Amino acid sequence: MKKTLLSSFVAFGLAVLPLTAQAGTVTVKGSDTMVILAQRWAEAFMKKNPATKIQVTGGGSGTGLAALQNGTTDIAMSSREIKEAEEEKLRARYNTPPTAVSVARDGVTFYVNESNKLDALTVEQLKDIYLGDTTSWKAVGGAEAPIVLYSRENSSGTYVFVKDHVLGGEDFAAAAQTLPGTAAVVNAVSKEKNGIGYGGAAYAKGIKELKVKKGNEAFAPSAENVKSGKYPLSRDLFFYLRNKPSGEAKAFIDFALSPEGQAIVTQVGYFPVK
Amino acid sequence: MLDRQAVMQEQDLAPPVALPTLSPAARRRQLKEKAIAALITAVAFTGIAALVLILVFVAKEALTLVTDAAAREEASFSKMFLPQLVRKGKPLAYVWQPVSGVPKVSMIPLFVGTLKTTLVSMVVAVPLGIFGALFAAEFAPRRLREVLKPTIELLAGIPSVVLGFFALMVMATFLQETFGFTSRLNAVVAGLGLALAIVPVIFTVTEDALTAVPRSYREASLALGATPWETAWKVVLPAAAPGILAACVLGFGRAIGETMIVLMASGNAAIVSWNLGDSVRSLSATIAAEMGEVVVGSPHYALLFFIGVELFLFTFVLNLLAGVWTKKVIQRLKGGAG
Repeated sequence: MKKTLLSSFVAFGLAVLPLTAQAGTVTVKGSDTMVILAQRWAEAFMKKNPATKIQVTGGGSGTGLAALQNGTTDIAMSSREIKEAEEEKLRARYNTPPTAVSVARDGVTFYVNESNKLDALTVEQLKDIYLGDTTSWKAVGGAEAPIVLYSRENSSGTYVFVKDHVLGGEDFAAAAQTLPGTAAVVNAVSKEKNGIGYGGAAYAKGIKELKVKKGNEAFAPSAENVKSGKYPLSRDLFFYLRNKPSGEAKAFIDFALSPEGQAIVTQVGYFPVK
Repeated sequence: MLDRQAVMQEQDLAPPVALPTLSPAARRRQLKEKAIAALITAVAFTGIAALVLILVFVAKEALTLVTDAAAREEASFSKMFLPQLVRKGKPLAYVWQPVSGVPKVSMIPLFVGTLKTTLVSMVVAVPLGIFGALFAAEFAPRRLREVLKPTIELLAGIPSVVLGFFALMVMATFLQETFGFTSRLNAVVAGLGLALAIVPVIFTVTEDALTAVPRSYREASLALGATPWETAWKVVLPAAAPGILAACVLGFGRAIGETMIVLMASGNAAIVSWNLGDSVRSLSATIAAEMGEVVVGSPHYALLFFIGVELFLFTFVLNLLAGVWTKKVIQRLKGGAG
């Protein structure tokens, strides 16, 4: 009697559990840069569709893409494009090419003090400055004064972005002062005549956003330039799926790309793609 | 008659000093006393146990550096304490860059940073604290003293994040304009910010030590014709030396471990230079800044715990040295008296 009761429970559990896991739950995992953005989307989406549950967790782009291969997440968030090896593994395992959806764009802005004469620098010049090879503003066409470097803590996503996209993976100069948060960097640069710093888009008194030169043209880190990809220091933020989006995952992605979803992108501090 | 005999016999049998037979109330009181003593002992040992457990936990997490092969490779002791090749074609250097393709984990820039901020703060706070206390205890009129002491003690109650904010926003700008530092946030700004936190500690403990010096010392000195200043400087101050040293050790412990002020006002650049105008990164600020996002169990994680162990050892050794010195001073004072 007891045994049958227990087994019926187990059978019931087995029958129901996968159903509840599938019915209305979309798991999103990956890039820590995108966690807050995805969470805001999830909150807004679940308010509209109470039947669907969106679970967002971080861990990093690599972790998300690995989870996608293992089948433990429905959507992987990634702040970089998928690597060939990762794509091949997915294709081999699921027989379909993975789908990438660019859901937002992210750009890093360099600031100088408003009294600085310079308006634009090339990526190469920024690299030399942050590697500590260029130590005077004169070398890049500015006044004769030492450059005071401001950077972010090494736990920050922006730190990694600048390290990868500007420094080519090399280390920041030891003299770079590390501050917590864009606001702290902006505040420091606004007070330091010879300072340079970087972070998200910032609208503050006392600082000037540097344009980035590419060829003969200089691009400001404006919303259009970041959206179009003309601004050199910008990147896509992706959602990766095992195959074509369908069902609730598709509904969620559609929401993220809707005007409402893209408004959230701006609120969180990134740039919209649409 | 019989009664009387019985009483007398009883008196004979009774011992010469009668043991007081305890009333039940007294016995209860005695029991209560014992219970309270046991409780206090237990509480005292809880404190010690907490200290030991914290040390064991921190050391255990840092132990990965020795036990794990990958961590041994990435953060060996030679990499921590000897100069390393950082970039091709550049001289060997001490670099702290734990998040990197090839992590660089030299502790030297962090030691230098901690030493610089601590040094600046102690150079400012020790004389200020001691002389302030000497004035308050020996020279200040009673009314002034009654205002002075609580005011300085109030300074101790200011949260360090507020002091850090003050150092970051006000002191940094003022000092840069005055001394023309290249970097706005540097060892001097952080050290002065720290001094604000330490002065009340040193002041309060020193003042207590000075007030505890017996009145007869002062009276004897004055009676022999010494001026009040001579009395304060040559009699009261040496007599209070052990207490003053304890004040300095407490202040030093606070300075070396204080995190928030240094994190906010030092600029946190890990540079090896003895210029006080350069930005510095201290041991404690490094833990605070990097612990948030570090991968648990990684060599970097173990390194941060290792820094914690180092900070613990520094204060421990200092306390030990101070204890030895205090004993010597007390011995000398006793010898002088006898």
